[in-house]
Amino acid sequence: MNTVNTGEAIVFWVCAVLSVLGAVGLITSRKAVHSALWMALTMINLAVLYIANNAPFLGMVQVIVYTGAVMMLFLFVIMVVGVDSSDSLIETIKGQRFLAMVLGLLLIVIMVWGLGSSLAGLPAVGLGEANRIDGGNVQGIAHLIFTDYLIVFEVTSALLITAAMGAMVLAHREHWQPKPTQAQLSVARFKSEEHPGNRPNPGIYARHNAVDTPALLPDGTPTDASIPGALRARGEIAPVDINDGRAIEEADSL
Amino acid sequence: MTDGQWGWFGVDPWWIVIVKVLGIFVLLVLLTLFTIWWERRVVSRMQHRIGPNRVGPFGLLQSLMDGVKLALKEEIVPKGVHLAVYWIAPIISATMAFVAFAVIPFGPLVNMFGVQTPLQLTDFPVSVLYVLAIASIGIYGIVLAGWASGSIYPLLGGLRSSAQMISYEIAMGLSFVAVFLYAGSMSTSEIVASQEPIWFAVILLPSFLIYVTAMVGETNRAPFDLPEAEGELVGGFHTEYSSMKFALFFLAEYINMVTVSALATTLFLGGWRAPWPISLWEASNTGYWPILWWLVKVQIFIFVFIWLRGTLPRLRYDQFMKFGWKVLIPVSIAWILIVATARVLRNDVTMTNTQILLIGGAIIVVLILGSWLLQSRSDRKAAEQEEAEAKAMARPFDAMAGGYPVPPMPGQHVTLPTRRATSSVTTQEAIDG
Repeated sequence: MNTVNTGEAIVFWVCAVLSVLGAVGLITSRKAVHSALWMALTMINLAVLYIANNAPFLGMVQVIVYTGAVMMLFLFVIMVVGVDSSDSLIETIKGQRFLAMVLGLLLIVIMVWGLGSSLAGLPAVGLGEANRIDGGNVQGIAHLIFTDYLIVFEVTSALLITAAMGAMVLAHREHWQPKPTQAQLSVARFKSEEHPGNRPNPGIYARHNAVDTPALLPDGTPTDASIPGALRARGEIAPVDINDGRAIEEADSL
Repeated sequence: MTDGQWGWFGVDPWWIVIVKVLGIFVLLVLLTLFTIWWERRVVSRMQHRIGPNRVGPFGLLQSLMDGVKLALKEEIVPKGVHLAVYWIAPIISATMAFVAFAVIPFGPLVNMFGVQTPLQLTDFPVSVLYVLAIASIGIYGIVLAGWASGSIYPLLGGLRSSAQMISYEIAMGLSFVAVFLYAGSMSTSEIVASQEPIWFAVILLPSFLIYVTAMVGETNRAPFDLPEAEGELVGGFHTEYSSMKFALFFLAEYINMVTVSALATTLFLGGWRAPWPISLWEASNTGYWPILWWLVKVQIFIFVFIWLRGTLPRLRYDQFMKFGWKVLIPVSIAWILIVATARVLRNDVTMTNTQILLIGGAIIVVLILGSWLLQSRSDRKAAEQEEAEAKAMARPFDAMAGGYPVPPMPGQHVTLPTRRATSSVTTQEAIDG
């Protein structure tokens, strides 16, 4: 039982190195997306190790649930928050680096010393025997979940469902008014002071048709109504260069 | 397969493994080239055109030529990309597409160069979950491509695509449950073996229909090809990709189509086993013949993909998500409940068919009565509420009802104090100003 064959050794050393590499990458990358990717690498390698240790079901669930769903959700949030935002490195809690180091060291001590001393001398049994009892890994897990650990399992699932419901309630917005229809919106637009029609396209009647080139009104004056709000806010409006002298002045004054 | 044949997996000599891996690789690449040609020809026929017919017999070599051209094209890498991730994304997509095929059974035990071996790379007790897991890693390729391009359209396309694939993967996973219950296993070879008398597509028809719908959503194909909605998102996640990297995404999409079709064949259409009239022929399920039946079944699914693309317009995104979450998933769960109940009744409770029918009938009667009662009660409640609202409307609006300043109830009239004559407006008008 305690012998490790060559294949197992290769799998272990490849996956162990890769998962530690992933963990180091997770805490050293500047970009949140890169951190998430390193984390995914760690998770996939752990899954391979589970499978190599005769726990194929756990390995697959690890990939489907953690890598496929949880990490993906993280990635979603990170990506939607900002395509290019890297984390600010300002420490918000005083001495948080020092505290983190101390706590981290304590955790290492507990894991190495505590677990090490309690597990030392115990023979490695492996899952082989446990899997054989019910005729397979999946059957064994199913048997345990639906007999000995039924209540724990059900209570956990109730907890998870409650949490999901809570999240939905928190994110829910009650509509007090019926949603305005297109016809109502149109009426409201005409009632308002704003110009009800489409805005002029960028660069219409001007030399260029780039998004940041203001359109010219029929009398030749440029109008920045054609510029998207984001560009206007950043002041990224291209100067208009047309032959009409009056319009150049207007463009310079923009 | 019987327990005796479990031992056939994982014991192949190394060179047999390499032969199988190469065989699957070549088969998938050829199937991709064929599928592209097949799709173009079928869609053309549906649109009263001829389609590619110049290169090779019937234009069969057209997609090979297109592939060569694509690979030789200039590679354009835009300025704002995150290079490392931009490189990894297509590799993840294509690799995962190939890897998923490791557990698809093509046939029974055969004699391969003097070695008895199953026509399947490998199999283990959770191989169907393995396909799901690989598919969920494959989504990373798409999300990362969208993110690494550093541009808005690909990002939106990537997010759409992954949201869609994750949602439809749930429906897909649920449609497997009934199959697992009937087969008593999650290994592909055993599932094929347990469809010996009758296909699961017949006895588990709802599961089959849900899977077929979910597989179209999972592969981002029309009418569910929202991530590539040209009118909204240019090319979706691969907008900024060109040349070989784009070719990899292209390849991955078509291999994914073949993978989901192969999975459908394995789980619902009896896998490599010959269909009925052919199965009367003794030798039909031996040797290398099953690969032919397998290919025909997979091609039928691919044809359905193409047919859908040629027929249906694209769905709106919110309708599509609503369909996945509010129709497919609840229906699957209800169906699983029914199947599980039926299994328990068949296995553990000794009942005659008459008893089962009587009890089933009684349950249906109770459900109908109950829903009727509930409906009449909710009708009564709605009527009461309407009455109360009518009463509230009839009451004049009290801005300090209950001691606190309150807004008017829907339909109540607000009397706005004006300098001139007091004017009466409804709530809606008051809000509109």
